[in-house]
Amino acid sequence: MVGTRKGAFILSSDGKREKWDVSGPHFAGWEIYHMKGSSANPNRIYASQTSGWFGQIIQRSDDGGKTWTQPGTPPGEATTAPGGTPKGESNKFVYDTSAESGKPLTTHQWYDGTQHPWEFKRVWHLEPSPTEPDTVYAGVEDAAIFRSKDGGKSWHELSGLRGHGTGPKWQPGAGGMCLHTIILDPANPNRIYIAISAAGAFRTDDGGKTWKPINKGLYSQYIPNPTEEVGHCVHRVAMNKSRPNVLFMQKHWDVMRSDDAGDNWKEVSGNLPTDFGFVIDVHAHEPETIYVVPIKSDGEHYVHEGKLRVYRSRTGGNEWEALTKGLPQKDCYVNVLRDAMAVDSLDKCGIYFGTTGGQVYVSPDAGDNWAPIVRDLPAVLSVEVQTLS
Amino acid sequence: MSCGPPRKIRILLPPHLRGLAHISGELLLEVAGVPTVRSVLDALEATYPMLQGTIRDHVTQQRRPFLRFFACAEDLSHESPDTPLPDAVISGKEPLLILGAIAGG
Repeated sequence: MVGTRKGAFILSSDGKREKWDVSGPHFAGWEIYHMKGSSANPNRIYASQTSGWFGQIIQRSDDGGKTWTQPGTPPGEATTAPGGTPKGESNKFVYDTSAESGKPLTTHQWYDGTQHPWEFKRVWHLEPSPTEPDTVYAGVEDAAIFRSKDGGKSWHELSGLRGHGTGPKWQPGAGGMCLHTIILDPANPNRIYIAISAAGAFRTDDGGKTWKPINKGLYSQYIPNPTEEVGHCVHRVAMNKSRPNVLFMQKHWDVMRSDDAGDNWKEVSGNLPTDFGFVIDVHAHEPETIYVVPIKSDGEHYVHEGKLRVYRSRTGGNEWEALTKGLPQKDCYVNVLRDAMAVDSLDKCGIYFGTTGGQVYVSPDAGDNWAPIVRDLPAVLSVEVQTLS
Repeated sequence: MSCGPPRKIRILLPPHLRGLAHISGELLLEVAGVPTVRSVLDALEATYPMLQGTIRDHVTQQRRPFLRFFACAEDLSHESPDTPLPDAVISGKEPLLILGAIAGG
């Protein structure tokens, strides 16, 4: 499932992953920040459809992407229940400012150092529950996490994240102040990890009521105190489901690793040609095998030396090898955005990524060989994989 | 201008919103009371709930920044939403145009 600047595409193949059918564009002309299927019901897919003109739309498919509906009130039906209570509308994301949330929070740090009101802009990431098809989490800009328990019809903020105390110190990165990563711990339903640009990584151990920053060990020269509790521009965090306490992070600069659920981080950039980048992912079956795509620098958002290279470490970091077979090795100046890499769960793990140049590449053999599935889509914002039995 | 009976107002939405509401071409919507931008949008959102939040903010009810309201070759975007629409729109001679501003790509 590929989200692009101008619509969504669904690419389908059999287990060989050689021949592909391409369907789309779905939601033509809209930005599709993310699409993700429910592992509890593979036919259930959620999509974030957004536009600078028209705002946020949530779409849901219950037939594997063939047809889509907005999970709100159908046309012609009253938008209020008989008692006068408004029914849920799927595109309504309203920040919690109630007294019950403990710390109603309305501002964060703006570019000029002043405080700025929280303003909802879009959903960056949708993370369906692994057990409940109707439960899905949304990471949004301005940074917050929302949850729907009715299949995306209505959304409620888990406001303890913004309210835990550091919220007023968060500030937007160049891409906005977005909550772009949500990882649900498969072994502990009360534990959720999230990451925000530019605030850092956070964790809850009580199902989203309370949160704490988990950024110890991160070093960011672009903030006044490089080891500050928050303010780090984390680009992506990844986990292998078999080892939920081990996390890997692509920070603005630096590739990091934690072996204690984010309590402490250490750098594992090792021999990478540059440790700036956006994506990071973990092999489905080998928890020490990780993938990144190094980007030249924060000022030059394209691959280093004009060569599109995925780097793989089989040692959990520090020692990296360039994977180049089938990827352009000259005159290539694309970027790979933070949600645009995914892995499948077939025996020989497939790795997928999409570029800002509109190419989607697959490696059916864990990175040894690559081939383009499509070359000329709009700029790719996100790639997700569903492995169907 | 009296409240009178409900009026049928012609509305032209931008293509993205027509797609979202599963409609094609111009809309003809019955609007109670004095037709204004606010009462037209109230009627529009009641009939097509999926358009809530796409033209005006859910909470503040402010027009989204890159949308405009035109009618009779006039830009009504900066008028009060409670200003009665032009007579030609109320009589059905002209549509109310809701369109995306030319910005971005």
